[in-house]
Amino acid sequence: MTVSPDHGHAIEVRGLTRRFGTFTAVDAITFDVAAGEVFGFLGANGAGKTTAIRMLIGLLAPSAGSARVAGFDVSTEAEQVKRNIGYMSQRFSLYEDLTVRENITLYGGIYGLSDGAIAERMASLVERLDLGRDLDTRVKSIPLGWKQKLAFSVAVLHDPKVVFLDEPTGGVDPITRRQFWELIYATAEQGTTVFVTTHYMDEAEYCDRVSIMVDGRIAALGTPAELKARFGGETIDDVFVRLARPGAAA
Amino acid sequence: MRTLRFLLRKEYLQIFRDRIMVAQLLLLPAIQLALLANAATFEIKSARLVVVDEDRSATSRGLVDRMRAGGRFELVKSTTSAERADDAMMRRQAGVILRIPREFERDLVRTHTAPVQLILNAEDGAAAGVTLSYAQRIVAEYASELAATLRLSTLGGEGPVAGQGRLDVRARGWYNPNLDYRFYMVPGILVQLVTMVGTLLTALNIVREKELGTLEQLNVTPVTRGQFIAAKLIPLWSLGLVALTIGMLVARFAFHVPMRGSVLLVFGTASVYLLAALGVGLLVSTMVSTQQQAMFVTFFIVLVYLLMSGLFTPVRSMPIWAQWIAQANPVMHFIEIMRAVMLRGAGLREIARSLAILSAIAVGVFSLSVRQYAKRAA
Repeated sequence: MTVSPDHGHAIEVRGLTRRFGTFTAVDAITFDVAAGEVFGFLGANGAGKTTAIRMLIGLLAPSAGSARVAGFDVSTEAEQVKRNIGYMSQRFSLYEDLTVRENITLYGGIYGLSDGAIAERMASLVERLDLGRDLDTRVKSIPLGWKQKLAFSVAVLHDPKVVFLDEPTGGVDPITRRQFWELIYATAEQGTTVFVTTHYMDEAEYCDRVSIMVDGRIAALGTPAELKARFGGETIDDVFVRLARPGAAA
Repeated sequence: MRTLRFLLRKEYLQIFRDRIMVAQLLLLPAIQLALLANAATFEIKSARLVVVDEDRSATSRGLVDRMRAGGRFELVKSTTSAERADDAMMRRQAGVILRIPREFERDLVRTHTAPVQLILNAEDGAAAGVTLSYAQRIVAEYASELAATLRLSTLGGEGPVAGQGRLDVRARGWYNPNLDYRFYMVPGILVQLVTMVGTLLTALNIVREKELGTLEQLNVTPVTRGQFIAAKLIPLWSLGLVALTIGMLVARFAFHVPMRGSVLLVFGTASVYLLAALGVGLLVSTMVSTQQQAMFVTFFIVLVYLLMSGLFTPVRSMPIWAQWIAQANPVMHFIEIMRAVMLRGAGLREIARSLAILSAIAVGVFSLSVRQYAKRAA
């Protein structure tokens, strides 16, 4: 999968702003994400991450500024944006009362895949996640870690140009998290751009570049190595604490 | 179209996997009909009667015997003390007191007229009215019987001087000759059933997806509003008709409610009505964020609907302003049509006006809710 030829970037954000009444949740943020990049979008609770993501995936209209995702404007071409992205929210979003097979079929159908394509992707997914025995199990009775891997696989079933992951690994053990990140890398290698928010700072180290949001603005953006060098920390965690809570770090 | 097919399959799968939903759908019609049609009745099976017979004559005993004979009154106490009778009513042991004063028989013979007193517990006005009419009938029949044998005029006071030229009124109830209350109730209860299925299940179903977060997921996909709404409403629309079918079968075979008109007309009307019911459910789902809120709001709406619908009390006896509001109530029109078609055998021509109003309301509510829904999402 390649990003639309006239744009080198999978995501272009220019002065994107969202106000709720007098409160500015996202304050004129500007950044680009390159095609095929794994981009970490960090920030403390309430920093404006979720609001920013909701604007990028077309769930929320921006108050000012603009953003292009997969080459389409989120304000005026929201439907085309939706066709070209995948999304996995922090809330588990598969249907628990449907089986694994039924969920895959449903989302395949929604994204307009042919019956043949659905069958083919189901087969490869089953092999990759070792889901063979659970294909006809209802999702509610498979373990959380698998559910999340499944949710991710369903979010990229239609080979989107960009996939947004909003705290995808909440509440799972470190081993499963590690496996989850292997899935993310595999997807990025096939050219899908990955936009991921997380609370786990070790996960931030896996990203090609990270941005750190503080009070609605982007306080820092760069590769993990750059940020550590610039802000003088051993880990991204140090950088994060320094930026998000300047008083504590001083 | 292809997307809609996938979405519909998902909705039907989810509905049939929800055991409570299926049970509700199959059992609700039967249980509601059985309970409401039998329990919610104005017919008085047996009123508890206390007799205060101060006369203790053959004539007074004759009246008491006739009160007991009809099966409508159950004699619980016979006393000569008016206070004791009052006390029995206060303690709810008695619903009716029949007081026959001293000199009853003598007055009858001498003056051809004599009073008897009926005291009713009228806390429930409607029930008291029905009981009174039963009692009056018995007294009137006894009076004419006495008039024949004793050649007296009337018993109980006023009334024309009887004799040869008495008026004999024979009432015949059309469309429901036995005045079976259930015939009147059942069509209304079927409407209420369809309303519950249509409105409550729609609101709950959509709000549940909101709570789970799956609605947000769908909003990020290319699924359009139209596809989403169609996929949600078509299954619930068909469920409403299934519930109605079950209800109609129960009404026909368990309660022997007649079906004098066209079944097709009933289902056609129901199909139109369901648009309004589903629309209200959709509208509720856009206003609330939890299933609990959806439940409260829906129950409130349905309650107002039903009270203003003529299900329990005739619309014509409401104040004018309430009658106007009732005109805008889809439930009222549907009940009217159901009763007309089932009990009177009305055809399309007879119900045309109600059906036209109902259709207008349905289209209005439905388009409003669809517009409202589109506004909220995305």
